[in-house]
Amino acid sequence: MVTSITSFGRSGLYDWMVQRVTAVVLLAYTIFMIGYLLFNSDMDYMQWKSLFECTSMRIFTLLALLSMAAHAWIGLWSVTTDYIKPTGLRFVVQSGCGLLTFIYVVWGIQILWSV
Amino acid sequence: MLVSVYRYNPETDDAPYMQDIHIDIPGGKDIMVLDLLHLLKEKDTSLGYRRSCREGVCGSDGMNMNGKNGLACITPLSAVVVDDKLVIRPLPGLPVIRDVVVDMSQFYKQYEKIKPFLINDTPAPTMERLQSPAERAELDGLYECILCACCTTACPSFWWNPDKFIGPSGLLQAYRFLADSRDTATHERLSELDDPFSVFRCHGIMNCVSVCPKGLNPTKAIGKIRNMLLQQAT
Repeated sequence: MVTSITSFGRSGLYDWMVQRVTAVVLLAYTIFMIGYLLFNSDMDYMQWKSLFECTSMRIFTLLALLSMAAHAWIGLWSVTTDYIKPTGLRFVVQSGCGLLTFIYVVWGIQILWSV
Repeated sequence: MLVSVYRYNPETDDAPYMQDIHIDIPGGKDIMVLDLLHLLKEKDTSLGYRRSCREGVCGSDGMNMNGKNGLACITPLSAVVVDDKLVIRPLPGLPVIRDVVVDMSQFYKQYEKIKPFLINDTPAPTMERLQSPAERAELDGLYECILCACCTTACPSFWWNPDKFIGPSGLLQAYRFLADSRDTATHERLSELDDPFSVFRCHGIMNCVSVCPKGLNPTKAIGKIRNMLLQQAT
């Protein structure tokens, strides 16, 4: 067995399942958003604001945000382990990806609850 | 026709190069690529390649022909030649020993990892371990692999991580033993594969399926290993 301490769940199966489940969440969110925008083509700012003031929408958006963070981390971890062979450089790039993901999550939460 | 062959002799060459050779096919017949290599060797005896059975059974003459891996002995010129030109290269992703002869050590190391033999901790019966026809049928499409390495060396995941990713051929063989009703080490075998590299570096691009000279489907076998891992863990 190949061990790796930097992967998301440290198990291939766990990472694989997380990536599949988060993909389904992101698909559902994308379909909802496209549908909402198509059926409300004459939408104004107040309607857009009231959509995100709704608790269920905040839960759905936060779920999509966290799903994207987990999905992106697993994907970028795969890409970096494929293409960046020097361990030090790979660790730096992975840390950068992790930090950026964390910033996006906190920033996203802040935006979501400031509506 | 024009044949461009990858040449490299580490004892005399500083770097590999492509050698262009014009050759007339006797009688204009649709011969196999291996027969073409024999004709080339008659012209230049220093050309090195592996071959043995010359009928697609031993798996010795896997090589890259006009960009696609395959066995030279069962690939007719008509299947690969484009515009009267054929480019012959060694299998990609493995170190070259000489010309189109590659060092398969890494490939065999991955094969060794999956313990390619029956493990059964129950007492051996007097005669043999029997299987029902249905149990035997589970092994069809798996046991036929001849370990020619055409699939594994066509896989980018193996190119990037040849030391960590088992590769399509090894995984097809892993499933061959997981699916065998006579094998009792299913749990141990699966535990060895549940890391982010061994199985899960496969992204299902199916290069392995498109090049397998025996028409096997390693991607399907990998999917079945994933399902077994999922069932064991949930």
